[in-house]
Amino acid sequence: MSAAAESPVVDSAPGVVSRLTAGKTVPILVVVAAIIAIWYAFAVYLNAPGQIDAYERAGEEWTATQFLRDTLAQERPVLPSPHQVVSEIWKTTFTIKPSSKRSLVYHGWVTLSATLMGFAIGTLLGILLAVGIVHHRAMDKSVMPWVIASQTIPILAIAPMIIVVLNAVGLSGLLPKALISTYLSFFPVVVGMVKGLRSPEAIQLDLMHTYNASGFQTFWKLRWPSAMPYLFTSMKIAVAISLVGAIVGEMPTGAVAGLGARLLAGSYYGQTIQIWSALFAAAAIAATLVAIVGIAHRLVLKRMGMAA
Amino acid sequence: MEGASVQPASGSVVQANGLGLTFQTSDGPVEALSNVDLGVGKGDFISFIGPSGCGKTTFLRVIADLEQPTAGSITVNGMTPREARRRRAYGYVFQSAALYPWRTIEKNIALPLEIMGVARGEKMERIARVLDLVDLKGFGKKFPWQLSGGMQQRASIARALAFDADLLLMDEPFGALDEIVRDHLNEQLLKLWDRTNKTICFVTHSIPEAVYLSTRIVVMSPRPGRVTDVIESTLPKERPLDIRESPEFLAIAHRVREGLRSGHSHEV
Repeated sequence: MSAAAESPVVDSAPGVVSRLTAGKTVPILVVVAAIIAIWYAFAVYLNAPGQIDAYERAGEEWTATQFLRDTLAQERPVLPSPHQVVSEIWKTTFTIKPSSKRSLVYHGWVTLSATLMGFAIGTLLGILLAVGIVHHRAMDKSVMPWVIASQTIPILAIAPMIIVVLNAVGLSGLLPKALISTYLSFFPVVVGMVKGLRSPEAIQLDLMHTYNASGFQTFWKLRWPSAMPYLFTSMKIAVAISLVGAIVGEMPTGAVAGLGARLLAGSYYGQTIQIWSALFAAAAIAATLVAIVGIAHRLVLKRMGMAA
Repeated sequence: MEGASVQPASGSVVQANGLGLTFQTSDGPVEALSNVDLGVGKGDFISFIGPSGCGKTTFLRVIADLEQPTAGSITVNGMTPREARRRRAYGYVFQSAALYPWRTIEKNIALPLEIMGVARGEKMERIARVLDLVDLKGFGKKFPWQLSGGMQQRASIARALAFDADLLLMDEPFGALDEIVRDHLNEQLLKLWDRTNKTICFVTHSIPEAVYLSTRIVVMSPRPGRVTDVIESTLPKERPLDIRESPEFLAIAHRVREGLRSGHSHEV
C-alpha cells in the first residue's frame, strides 16, 4: 500500500527533469550561461595586464577581489564585461531621448531605414532579374554570370566608390547606403527565385500547355505560387545581409549617424563598450528582421494551404 | 490488320495515318512510334496497352500536342493537334493527379476555367456539377493533401471534365493506386463515360483494366513502338464488376495477352 502511494512521487521526479531537458529551454539556457561564463573569464584575462599597469602607476596595493572587480569595470577595457555592455545598451536605449545623437535608438533607426529600403529594392530587383532569367534564354546565359561575378567583389572595396560616385551625381543620404544593401541583398533573391520559378514539375507545365494557357497565365498561376517558399527563404538571408550592407555603407564615408558610424567612432576613441553595444544592437535588429520575414513566410504558406 | 483499324475520316475524333515519332537522344535516334494507323470514333472508349517503351503514352501526347510527330499525319476533330489544343478540344488526365497544392480542390477544378475566362457564376455551377460527377461533393474546400490518392485522382478527372471537352485523354490515371480503389474507380469511370458520352483514350498496362473498360483495345509493342493488334470488345455496354469472371471477358483478355506476347517475340 505504502509502496504504491510512494511510486508516483518517485516517478514524477525524473519526469520533471526529463521534461525540462527534453524541451528547448534548458539546453538554450545552459549554452547561454556557458557563453557568459567564458566571456567573463576572457574579460578578466584580457583586461588584467592593463589593470596591473594601472595599479603600478598609481603605486596602489591590490587584493584579488578588488582586482577582479576592477578588471570588469574599466572605462576602456580590451574586452568589456557582459554587464557593462548590457548597462550601456540600457542607458543609450532607454534613458536618452531617441532624437539625441547619443541614443542607440537614433543610430539603430538610421541603419534600419537604410536596411529596409535596400532590402525592398534588392528583393524587387532580384525578382525582376529572376523572372527575366527564367523566361529569356539569352538573359539566362548573359546575366547570371554577372550576377555571380558581382558577389565576388569585396563589398568593402566597392562601397566607398558607390558612395563617392552617387555623391558626385547629387545623391546623398539614405539612398547610397540603401544601394549598398541592395547590392548584397538582390543576390540570394535572384538565386532563390530562379530555382523557385523553375520548380514546377514537367507534368504541371504540361497541364498548363493542354489548357493553351498564355505565358503570363502560366507564370501567374503556376510559377509564381510555386516559387513562394523559395522567395521567403531567400528573403531571410537577404534581410540579414541588407543590414550588413547598411553598416558597411556607413563606415567608409565617415558617416555621422548609424550603427556603422557608431562602430567607427568607437574604434577611433577606444570606446570598446560602445562598439560592443552597437554590435549587439545590430544583431538584435537582424534577428528581429529575420523573425519577421519568418512569420510572414509561415502566414503566406498557411494561406496557401501548405503550412509546414 | 492495320487496314481494318483505319476508320473513315468522317465522324472520327482522332485519325492517325502512318504516324511516326523519332526522338533524337544522346545515344542516337529512338523510334518511339512507327507507322501507326488508327482511327478513334466518336463515343469510343479506347485503351492502349503494352509494355513500357511501346509508345502508348507518346501517342497520347501526340494527340494532345505535347509531342510533335516526325512522320505521317494525325488529326484531332479534323484539325491538327495544335489547332485542337488551342480550341481546348480535350481534357488530359496525367499519371499523377498533378493538383496544385496551394489550391483547394474547388480552385484546382477552377484552374482551366479561369484560364479560359469562364464567368464566375457558370464557373461555380460547373465545379459543383463535376464534383458531383466524380463523387467528391463536399470536398471542394479541402486541400489536395487532405485527400487520399484515389480521391486526388478523381479530382484531377473532375478538372479535366470541367470545361466540357468531348475527348478525354487518360495516361495511366489509376496506375499508382491499389487494386481495390482501382476497381472502384474503373466502375465509376464507366458510369461517367456512359452519362457524358465522351470519347476516351485510356493508356494502361493492366490487361483486366483494359478489357473491362474498353470498346476497343489497341495492343502495342516496343522498339519501335507500334500497333500489333486492335481488338473490338464484344462485351455489353452495361458492365458490372463480376463480368470479369465471364468466359467472354476471359477470351478477350487471352487475346490481349497473346498480342502482347507476340509483340515481344519480335525482338528475341
